[in-house]
Amino acid sequence: MSSSNCYHCGDPCVRSPILFDQKAFCCVGCRTVYEIFAENDLSCYYDLQQSPGAIPGEIEGKYDFLEQENIVDKLLEFGDDSIQIVSLYVPHIHCSSCIWILENLNKLNPGIIESQVNFGKKSVRLTYKKGVCPLKDVVSLLSSIGYEPYISLENLEGGKSKIDRQIIYKLGVAGFAFGNVMFLSFPEYFEVDEFWLEQYKHLFRWIMFAYSLPVVLYAGRDYFTSAYKGHKAGLLNIDVPIALGILVLFLRSTTEIMFDLGSGFFDSLTGLVFFLLLGKFFQQRTYDFLSFERDYKSYFPIAITKIENGAESPLQVYEIKEGDRLLIRNEELIPVDGILIKGDAMIDYSFVTGESAPVQKKSGDKLYAGGKQVSGLIEVEALRTVEQSYLTQLWSNDVFNKNKEALFTNITNKLSKHFTRAVLLIAFVASLFWFVFDASKVMNVFTAVLIIACPCAIALSAPFTYGNLLRIFGKLKFYLKNASVIEQLSTIDTIIFDKTGTITANSRSETQFSGDQLDQEEEVLLRSTLRGSNHPLSRSLYELLKDNDILPLTYFEETPGSGIEARINDRQIKIGSASFVGVDEKDEHLRTEVHISTDNKYKGKFTFFNAYRQGLSRLFNDLSKSYRLAVISGDNEGERENLEKLLPVSTKMIFNQKPEDKLEYVAYHQSEGSKILMIGDGLNDAGALAQSDVGIAVSENINVFSPACDAILDASQFDKIEVFLKASKSAIKIIKWSFFFSFLYNIVGLYFAVTGQLEPVIAAILMPLSSISIVAFTTLATNIVGKRLKKNPLT
Amino acid sequence: MSVIYILLAISIVVAIVFFAAFVIAVRRGQYDDSYTPSVRMLFEDELVKNKSEESLETNKD
Repeated sequence: MSSSNCYHCGDPCVRSPILFDQKAFCCVGCRTVYEIFAENDLSCYYDLQQSPGAIPGEIEGKYDFLEQENIVDKLLEFGDDSIQIVSLYVPHIHCSSCIWILENLNKLNPGIIESQVNFGKKSVRLTYKKGVCPLKDVVSLLSSIGYEPYISLENLEGGKSKIDRQIIYKLGVAGFAFGNVMFLSFPEYFEVDEFWLEQYKHLFRWIMFAYSLPVVLYAGRDYFTSAYKGHKAGLLNIDVPIALGILVLFLRSTTEIMFDLGSGFFDSLTGLVFFLLLGKFFQQRTYDFLSFERDYKSYFPIAITKIENGAESPLQVYEIKEGDRLLIRNEELIPVDGILIKGDAMIDYSFVTGESAPVQKKSGDKLYAGGKQVSGLIEVEALRTVEQSYLTQLWSNDVFNKNKEALFTNITNKLSKHFTRAVLLIAFVASLFWFVFDASKVMNVFTAVLIIACPCAIALSAPFTYGNLLRIFGKLKFYLKNASVIEQLSTIDTIIFDKTGTITANSRSETQFSGDQLDQEEEVLLRSTLRGSNHPLSRSLYELLKDNDILPLTYFEETPGSGIEARINDRQIKIGSASFVGVDEKDEHLRTEVHISTDNKYKGKFTFFNAYRQGLSRLFNDLSKSYRLAVISGDNEGERENLEKLLPVSTKMIFNQKPEDKLEYVAYHQSEGSKILMIGDGLNDAGALAQSDVGIAVSENINVFSPACDAILDASQFDKIEVFLKASKSAIKIIKWSFFFSFLYNIVGLYFAVTGQLEPVIAAILMPLSSISIVAFTTLATNIVGKRLKKNPLT
Repeated sequence: MSVIYILLAISIVVAIVFFAAFVIAVRRGQYDDSYTPSVRMLFEDELVKNKSEESLETNKD
C-alpha cells in the first residue's frame, strides 16, 4: 500500500499524514477508529479488505432525540423491558470487512447481543440490551467506527416494512407440483397397454389431480384476478389468454380423468404455471438497497433541537409549530421554513436545487426547508410547519400519487389484444368445422386450441428480456425501478435535462483567475490563508490551487460574510468580496467570484464556473440527431452563453424555473403528445421526474440522495445515456423477434389442435420446449446487447 | 403389486416433508438475503484464526 493513502479509509493523505502504529492516517478520526479496533482485537478488519473504512462523522448532539422513548419505539422492530431489536440502514456497507466488523459489534460493546448484516439492503439488524446499551449508544458506537446509520423521517412513518415472499411460495408450490406430476405422468406417455399400468393409472391420475389443485387455486391465482380486472376495465391483457388456458387445461383434464377419456394435461398445466411464475420472479428482482420512492421524508431528520427558555430539548419534526425557536447544528438539515435569528448561516441547498455552492444568509433572512447548514450553529425561528413549507408542499401535487406503470400499455398487452381475438376466432371456426364433419370431436378441438394457444412463450419474452437487461444495466451503474421502464425508455422522443447537478458536476468546479499574475510568495500566502478558513469557497479554492508550501501565518482574521485578512511577516493579503477587498468593481451578480488584494493593492479575482460533465457536448450532439432536447434550470441566466457554446443549436434553454414550473413544462409537452424523459437530480426536480414518462435521477452517491424516480444513474455513467437508450430499443426488437418465434410454435401446436390430434405428450413436449427456447433466445440476445454496451467506444 | 400403494405413500410423504422444509426456510427469511450468508460463511474461520493469532502475539510479548 502506498504510504500516502490512509490505512483506514484509503483516501489520499493530502495534508501531512498522521503516523500511528507505523501506519499512515489521513485524519484523527480514522486513527481513532483504528485504535478502537486494535484495542479490541478487531484489526482483522483491515486484512479482509484494504482500507475499508470511512471517516467517522461529527455526531455531537445529533442523536439526542434517541433518548426520547416515543421516538425510539417507532424505530424498533421489537422491544420489551430488557431487549430491543432495531434495523438500521447503513449506507457505508460496501465490502466483506463491513459485514465482519458489524457482525462483531458485541466485542466493542457487550450490550449488543447480536448483529446481522443484510448486504443487499445495506442494513444491519441489531439485538441489544436496553439497560446496558440504549439505542442512542448503539448509534453512537456505529458512528464512532465510521458506520453512521441513516435515520430519517421516513423511518418514523414507514414502520416495519413487511417482506413480500408470496412469489417465492408460489414458485415453490408450482415447482413442487410440476416435478411430482412429471413423475406420475411419465408412464402414460408411451401408451403401452401394460397390465399393471392399466390397473394403476387411475390412481396416478387422481394424485396428479390433487397436486394440480394448489397450482390452480394458489400459485396461478394472480392470473385469474388480473384477467378479471383487465376484463372489467375493458382490456384484453396477456393474462386473459393465460387464465383461459389454465382454466381450460384444468377443466378438460379433470373431465378426462373423470370419464376415463385420457390422462389429462396436468403435466402441461403445472409446467405452464411454473414457467410463468419463474418469468415473474426474474422480472421482479430489483435493487434492495436503492429506494425509488423517496420524497422529502427520507431527507429530513426525525427530530431537531428546540430552545425553550434557554434549555435545549429534542423535538419531533412533525411537532414543530410556528414560532418555535430551533437550534440547527453544523451539517444539519433545516426541516421547516424559518427566519434566521442568530449565527452565521451558510446554507447548502444542494438537495433542493442541485447547486452545491452554499448561500450566505444574515440574521433576519428567510431560510427554506431542505437547506443544510454548513458552518457552525445557528438559531432559526420556524415560520411554518413541515407540511406547509415551500418545498414539502410540492408533494401535495397529484402527480405523486399516480402509478405510471398502470397507465402504460406494454408491448405484451398490446399484442395480446389481437392475439386473444385470433385464438378465439380459430377455436370457434375449428369447432364449427368439426361440428359439421364429426360432432364428437368438437369439444376436444375447441379446448385443444385454447390449451395449445396459451401464450406461455409470449408471456415469458418480455420478463426475461427486461429482467436480464435490468441486471446488465445495473452492472453499468444504471439502476431501473422496474422492467417496464426499459420499454418506456424506448418510446421517448424528448429529453429534458436539469442544469445544476445534472449536466454540471457537483463535486467539481473550475476557476479562472483574471488580473495581475501573483508571484511565488503571494501564492504561498494565498494558499496558507485559505487553509485557515472553513468557508466553502475557501475550501474549494484551496483544493484547486497548485501545491505550495504552507507557512505559518502571523495574523489571521475572518470577517463572516465578507472575507479574510491575513499576514505573514510583512506581506498582507485580503481575500473576499469586492467591497471587502476595496475595489469599486460592481460584482457581476450572476457569477461567484473571490477577489484578492495583497499589500492593499488589488490583484484580481477568481471566478467560479460550473464544471460540466465530461462528454456533455458529444452526448448532446449525438442525442440531438434523434431526440428533441431541452435544458431547464432553476438558476439565473449566468451560464447561458457557456451552454450555447457547448450544446447543439436546437437545444431549448429555459432559466429561472421553480419546481412547479418544471412540472408544468413537462406536463405541457406531454399534452402535445411528446414522450418525455426527464433527467434531474435534486428535490426540486421531483415533480418533473414524477410527471415525466421516465424520470432519471443522476446521483454522485447512489446510496443516499436521489429523489423519487424511475431510474437512478450513477453520475460517472452520464455520458452513456444515449447508449442506454439505444439498448432499450434493441430490447424491444428482441421481444418482437421472440414473439415471432412463439408464433411459429403456436402454429405447429394449432395444427395438432385443429386436426384433433393433440395428445398430452405433444402438449407436454411443445410447451416447455417453446418456453425454454424463448428464454434461451432472449437471454442470449440481451447478453449480446450487454456486451456491445460494455465495449462501447464512448467509454 | 399392491406394494405400490406403500411406495406412493412414501413418495408423497417425502415430497411433503421437503415442501414443508422449503416453506419453513422461506418463513424464517432464508430467501430474503441471498448474498450476505455467502460472505459470512467464510468469517467463521477468520474469527478463530484472528483469536489464535492474537494470543500467539501476546505470548511472544
